Amino acid sequence: MSLHERHRNIIDFALSSLGRRWKKNLALTVVYAFVVFTLASVVFFTEAVKSEARAVLRGAPEIVVQRLMAGRHDLIPESHIDVLRKITGTRQVQGRLWGYYFEPSTGANYTVVASGEPPLEPGTIAIGQGVARTLNAGEGDLIPLKGSKGDYASFEVVRVFSHESELVSSDLIEMHADDLRAFFGVPEDYFTDITLKVRNEKELVVVADKIRRLLPDTRPILRDEILRTYDSLFDWRSGLLLVIFAGAVAAFVIFAWDKATSLSMEERREMGVLKAVGWETSEVIAMKSWEGIIISLAAFFGGTVLAYVHVFFSSAFIFEPVLKGWAVLYPRFQLVPQIDPYQVLALFFLTVVPYTVATVIPTWSAATVDPDSIMRL
Amino acid sequence: MILHPAVIALLTGSLIVSLMIAYAAFWAYKIIDAWDLQSGSEQQLALEKKTYLVSTLMTYAFGFQVLSFFLLVFVADDLHRLFVGAMCAAGTLNVNEYGYPAVVLKVLNCLLGGVWLVLNHTDNQASDYPLIRRKYSLLLVIVPFLLFETGQLWSYFLNLKAHVITSCCGSLFSTEEEGFAAGLAALPAVPMQVLFFGSMALVMGSGIFFLGGGSGGKIFGVAGTLAFPVSVAALISFISVCFYELPTHHCPFCILQREYHYVGYLIYVTLLGGGISGAGAWALMSFRSVPSLKAVVPRIQKRLAWAGLVFYAVLSGVVILKMIFSDFVLIGY
Repeated sequence: MSLHERHRNIIDFALSSLGRRWKKNLALTVVYAFVVFTLASVVFFTEAVKSEARAVLRGAPEIVVQRLMAGRHDLIPESHIDVLRKITGTRQVQGRLWGYYFEPSTGANYTVVASGEPPLEPGTIAIGQGVARTLNAGEGDLIPLKGSKGDYASFEVVRVFSHESELVSSDLIEMHADDLRAFFGVPEDYFTDITLKVRNEKELVVVADKIRRLLPDTRPILRDEILRTYDSLFDWRSGLLLVIFAGAVAAFVIFAWDKATSLSMEERREMGVLKAVGWETSEVIAMKSWEGIIISLAAFFGGTVLAYVHVFFSSAFIFEPVLKGWAVLYPRFQLVPQIDPYQVLALFFLTVVPYTVATVIPTWSAATVDPDSIMRL
Repeated sequence: MILHPAVIALLTGSLIVSLMIAYAAFWAYKIIDAWDLQSGSEQQLALEKKTYLVSTLMTYAFGFQVLSFFLLVFVADDLHRLFVGAMCAAGTLNVNEYGYPAVVLKVLNCLLGGVWLVLNHTDNQASDYPLIRRKYSLLLVIVPFLLFETGQLWSYFLNLKAHVITSCCGSLFSTEEEGFAAGLAALPAVPMQVLFFGSMALVMGSGIFFLGGGSGGKIFGVAGTLAFPVSVAALISFISVCFYELPTHHCPFCILQREYHYVGYLIYVTLLGGGISGAGAWALMSFRSVPSLKAVVPRIQKRLAWAGLVFYAVLSGVVILKMIFSDFVLIGY
């Protein structure tokens, strides 16, 4: 009998053996799948949010220059723009105007930005989906906002940003630059910060270094730094969750070990009979290993598919608050479904490997038992 | 340390594999010490049973070891964003002094583990376990390498700090740099092509000759084993360059990325498979005269020769096809 045929017969036997004790095996598979589901949800969600952040930041300016006053972010004078324009390799140096507005009635913080090209008419605003939801406002409505001097100014909503852009525009209020200056009391020749693009990406660090030397009261922030920070942050959050779940994995491993160790009398007798009818120890081990592999595959596949559905079709409702952070006004968005092979491999090492190791020794000790000592029991 | 899920997976995996091998080695030592097939004592019976445990543990540990090699390269590739100047796995691994030793040790342990499994399989075919002391001695040799690898891997990840300035793969594998990796890149392309295709031809020729007549197994074993380091050097010297179509880019890890259709995985699998087949066939050469293995060893060696031929043929095929159908021509130095 060829090796292939022998293993096919052993797998046949392993399947029928699993079927004979289906209640016990089903319970084990369900618990196993739940562990995989939990870890897979964390890993999938983190990776999806990371790639979302990368996609969002792809269009962001390469360098943002902020002015610091006593270690705090301060308004930056317009004269700094001229200094930055003189640095070789820079292009599109622009001042940005933006700020935060706290709306007491909803308890939400909005981001207010000056409109780009083409600019909005004075007295009008464009708002994000989140703002529209919390203020119950739509196109054509007038929204009163409380300015820095305590007076209310009404703005007409001329546009609500689309659902597709919700991840970046949910909390956004866009208005004319003059309106913004008047609203927040920003002096005429000052901006919130300055953005600039660099012709050659390889020169980013050199340009940033020049900015630091020419304008010592500022800090240049690179887009790559922001990306790195997002990556580190989400890695850290998901890693932390996994470490917390390590307790659950350990409990599951002990459960699996206990199940593998405490074989029922019927199972012991079955192994005794197998050996008595001529099965070799290695074949009994192979049969038990196949049982483990079948359970692992079923649980791993089931758990991964469930996690995929959970993360990409139901917005990871279980872990969302922990991984995303929490706010009154949060963008509602659907993550783009994607899986990297290495995520699956990492999950394999976090779940299947500990399970397999926990069952190796009990499997061996059950398979090497003497048939006569079993059948005498 | 970076608390990335895959990093946690790798660290857990390496710890588990080390524990498995250490436990197997403990019994290996006991078996070497007290094995006596003639004896019917309780201790001997217990040791005979333990051989099954050691085999099972080693099979799983070796499987996990191969998978963890790919996971390590994957992770190193994914983490490059966290390091200024790193463009792929090559830069990430260079962040501290433990990265490259960990990868090299992982490959070495995959090879050693594969050879051990070949020896174990051969030994199990004979009723009198003729190789038992030798194979368990080899296991005891593997253990320190594996523990060292685990130590390097843990040191590597525990000492990783994001934002550290590191050289990117462009400078690391560029021909002006000094050092081991750069030394391989500096190997001239044309002589390296001659050496690579020469070694492949030798493997094919000796393999076919061995399968046909039954002699020349040693030449196949030696050729198959040496083809492994030659192929690794060729991978850095000209194979990767052909895939990138860029004469200055020698990185062996970028070919694992999506842009190159993950062809790196096929190359790595065939390389490891070919290396293990060759080394396994070579390791079995000295056991052809063992009485109980006289019929077994040639049979297994022939299977290994088949496997080695297929792996190296696929590797050569991938390289040749790329060289033929690419617009890129690498000549001149």
